[in-house]
Amino acid sequence: MTPPDTPIASAAAPSPLPAAGESLSGAAAAPADSPHSVLADDALRVPGSPGEIFRVFTRLALQGFGGVLPIAQRELVERERWLTREQFLELLAVSQVLPGPNVVNLSLMFGDRAFGWRGGLAALGGMILAPWCIVLALTVVYAHYAQHPVVAGALRGMGAAAAGLILATGIKLLTALRRSALGASTAVALAALMFVCIALLRVPLAWMLAGLGGLACLAAWRRLAP
Amino acid sequence: MTPVTAPVLSSGDWGVIFAQYLLLSLLSIGGAIGTAPEMHRFLVEQHHWMTNEQFSASVAIAQAAPGPNLLFVAVLGWGLGGFFGMCVTMTGILLPSTTLTLAAARWGEARRGTRGVQAFVAGMAPLTVGLVLSSGFILGKPAYGSPWLFATMAATVAACLATKVSPLWLIAAGGLVGAFLA
Repeated sequence: MTPPDTPIASAAAPSPLPAAGESLSGAAAAPADSPHSVLADDALRVPGSPGEIFRVFTRLALQGFGGVLPIAQRELVERERWLTREQFLELLAVSQVLPGPNVVNLSLMFGDRAFGWRGGLAALGGMILAPWCIVLALTVVYAHYAQHPVVAGALRGMGAAAAGLILATGIKLLTALRRSALGASTAVALAALMFVCIALLRVPLAWMLAGLGGLACLAAWRRLAP
Repeated sequence: MTPVTAPVLSSGDWGVIFAQYLLLSLLSIGGAIGTAPEMHRFLVEQHHWMTNEQFSASVAIAQAAPGPNLLFVAVLGWGLGGFFGMCVTMTGILLPSTTLTLAAARWGEARRGTRGVQAFVAGMAPLTVGLVLSSGFILGKPAYGSPWLFATMAATVAACLATKVSPLWLIAAGGLVGAFLA
C-alpha cells in the first residue's frame, strides 16, 4: 500500500503496484462468490442511509492532508467497521483498474453497493464537496494577495515543496516495481521511457498510453501465461 | 510572480478545454496527479493560458488543503475563468470516470483476478510511476532557476524519503523559505 506519509497517496496513486498485486491475491483468497459477506460477519456494521455515508465521507476527506487513502482505510475499516480490510483492498484494486482518481472511484463503488447510485453520489459528494469549498476559499484568498511579494514567494516555496513530495512518491513507487510481473528491469525501463517521453519530449499522454501502454500490457499478458 | 490574470477565452476555447478534460478523465489511469503533465502541456505549453508559476502554485494550493488531490483541477479551472472555469474542468474530469466506474464496477469486480485484468494492471504500473515522476519534474520548473527553491525541493525529497514527517509540515517549511529567503 502507499505509505501513509506520501503526499498524493490518494490521487497519484501508485496504482497497480505491489499494492494491487497484494490486494488482487488477497481478493482471490476470499470466497469469490460472496462479495457481500458484509452481512455474514456480525462484527461489521451497515451504513444506515446515504446521509450517513455523506457525513462519514466528509469527515474522512477533511482529515486527509496529503492523501485521503490512509484515512479512508482507518475510518471505513477500523472506526465505522463498514468494510473488512480485505473488502477495502478489493475495492481499491478495482478502483485502480478503472480510470479516475482512486479515492473517488472507491467512494462511488462503496456507496453504490450500499444504496445504489444515490449512495454513490452521497459518498462522492462527501469526499469532494467540503474540501472543494476549502480549496476554493484558499484560491480566492490567494488571488487577492497574489501581488504581495511575501505571498507570491510563499506560494513559490510551497510549489517547490509540492514538486519534491510528488517526486519522492515517484521514487518510492519505483522501488515497488521490483515485484512487477514484467520483471524489475523491464518495468523500470518502461517507467524511465515514460518519463523521458512525457516530461522531456512532451509527447501527448493518449499516444503513450495507447502505444507504450498497449505493448506493456501485451508483454504482461504473455508473462502471466499459466 | 506573474500577476494572476485570467486569460480571455472564447466559447470555442471553453469547448476545447471541456473536451480535453473529458478525455483526460478517461486517461487518468492510476490517479489524478498523473494527468498533471498532460494538463501542463495543454494549458502552459500549447495554449499559453497559464505560466509555469501559476500552474505550480495551483497544485501547491490544492496540496495545502485537506481532501483528494484531484482538487488541483478545480484550482486550475479557477485560474482559467473563475467559478465557471472551475465547474468546466471539474465536470470534465469527473463525468466520464464517474459514469464509467458506476457502470463498470460490478463488471470489474467479477473479473479482478483474471489474466486480462492482471496484465492490464501490471502493464500500466510502470507507466503510472513514470507519470508521477514527470509530474514532480514539471511542477519543479519554477524552482530550477532559483538556488533556494531548488534546495527546498531537494530537501523535501530527502525528508520525504528518509523520515515519516507529515507532508503538511514540508509544504509549510517550503512556504516559509519561499516567503522570506527565495
